[in-house]
Amino acid sequence: MDNVVNPIVKLEDISYKYTKDLVLEHVSLEIPKGAFLAIVGPNGSGKSTLLKLLLGLFKLQKGKIEIFGEDIRRFKDWQKVGFVSQKANSFNSGFPATVFEVVQSGLTKKIGLFKFASKEDKQKVKKALESVDMLDYQSRNIGELSGGQQQRVFIARSLVSEPELMILDEPTVGVDSKNVHQFYEMLEMLNEKLGITLILVTHDVGTVTDKVTHVACLNKKLHFHGDACEYNDLDEGELSSIYGHGVQLLNHNH
Amino acid sequence: MISGILQFEFLQNAFLTGIIIGALAPLVGVFVVVRRMSMISDALSHVALAGIAFSLLLQKSFLSLAGLNPLYIGMAFSVGGSLFIEKLRGVYKHYQELAIPIIMSGGMGLSVIFISIADGFNTDLYGYLFGSVSAVSRSDLYVILAVGIVVSLMLTLLYKELFLLSFDEEHAKASGIPYKAIHFIFIVMVALVIAASMKIIGILLVSSLMTLPVAASLRFAKGFKQMIVYSVLFGEISVVGGLFLSYNLNLAPGGTIVIIAVLILILSILFDKWKNR
Ligand SMILES: Nc1ncnc2c1ncn2[C@@H]1O[C@H](COP(=O)(O)OP(=O)(O)OP(=O)(O)O)[C@@H](O)[C@H]1O
Ligand SMILES: [Mg+2]
Repeated sequence: MDNVVNPIVKLEDISYKYTKDLVLEHVSLEIPKGAFLAIVGPNGSGKSTLLKLLLGLFKLQKGKIEIFGEDIRRFKDWQKVGFVSQKANSFNSGFPATVFEVVQSGLTKKIGLFKFASKEDKQKVKKALESVDMLDYQSRNIGELSGGQQQRVFIARSLVSEPELMILDEPTVGVDSKNVHQFYEMLEMLNEKLGITLILVTHDVGTVTDKVTHVACLNKKLHFHGDACEYNDLDEGELSSIYGHGVQLLNHNH
Repeated sequence: MISGILQFEFLQNAFLTGIIIGALAPLVGVFVVVRRMSMISDALSHVALAGIAFSLLLQKSFLSLAGLNPLYIGMAFSVGGSLFIEKLRGVYKHYQELAIPIIMSGGMGLSVIFISIADGFNTDLYGYLFGSVSAVSRSDLYVILAVGIVVSLMLTLLYKELFLLSFDEEHAKASGIPYKAIHFIFIVMVALVIAASMKIIGILLVSSLMTLPVAASLRFAKGFKQMIVYSVLFGEISVVGGLFLSYNLNLAPGGTIVIIAVLILILSILFDKWKNR
């Protein structure tokens, strides 16, 4: 019950616009500790925008965000939050960095300014690589890996600072369907075994609903928020009102 | 040659300075290249040229300023230019590369004006444009040594932040490091290294010493640390070899240094091709 009183993230009446049109309208959402939340919605529905607000990358225009019980404008403890961006796999693939170096860069904030990585830090890097099953690739250049392997490395990069909350924006873009499945299993493991709260933006609605604990449907407004079972019980009519008409949804609920 | 170095102070100055910038330019160059900012060094060197032209003009017009070292004003212009580039990048958020031609032409325009007011400068300016083995003074050496110490210290202390910023800017921002301050320090370091390098390699060729050794090591380096080591190694070979040729064949060192750097680049491309046959 404690969790409900003290959610790890609390959005209150968020509205946001880049130019003159609102892209988010009155979004309120509470995410309990230990949740695995999937945010779904069509392209341009404001999912990435919402995540960027959550990460403090954009300034709040209206509404309030609390993260770990603190107003986001005063929040400093960013190493508690891991982030895997939608663009992670469109990085400069010729970048001459090894997998190990990339993952170690996830510790930058934690190690602190003017300090160097210690033995324990290097050990943490290895552990993070191990938990995504990529330790064998540690001295390869990042550009020489497949899209799915790269995405695992980026997960490891955010895992390495031992975050309590991890935010992922469409991490499976460019990952084939077999590996997508494995990928979500890995996320489920992180959520269950390591107790990391996960917020995941995804279009793989069918694949994730049996892995996540909560689903939120966003299309400018928050159309639905509930646990995964409730989402699976939604009928076609309700779904198409969320996604807009004429959108054929792949929903593999059995 | 060796006996020449022992005998002549100007040769000592040139070689010691060369050894410093042979490491320094590729070192900052690694970050410049991977951040896709190579053009910035060209823009800043043209601004530095304006500073040099300005101080040569001052020297010519006011006898009391004859002892003024143009290096200082060149550095001041270059650092000023770097701040201006940052300002412009903020104004043209979506066309950030526009800042480069704006600053570059501004710098060139100013240089031309100063040069024509002074009615040409002949040899002094020639040395700044293409480098010179004989024009490096003891005081230049000390200034460049100081720049070398400051820049390598900053790059070492901020290495992991700069790596993060170069590899993934968005992640750097989200991680909560003071990325603006770090980027700012970095740009100022680039400006200082450019101004410090011109005595040896010349304004028009400074940027090649920042990019060519890096381009060569990009062909086969495994990881970022290796990339830095190879870049510095290639930079040193180019500068020391280039100075040697320059002195013996009586050519401007800018040319000989760059030609060696180009040869290294070609060899590394061939090596890479051969290895991946
Ligand atoms: N930098 C920007 N400037 C202006 N408008 C923007 C900007 N970024 C996004 N938008 C607009 O805001 C809306 C929401 O964009 P957002 O990127 O949050 O969508 P999304 O749900 O993440 O979409 P996708 O599934 O395609 O990733 C879109 O209509 C988009 O056009
Ligand atoms: Mg998006």
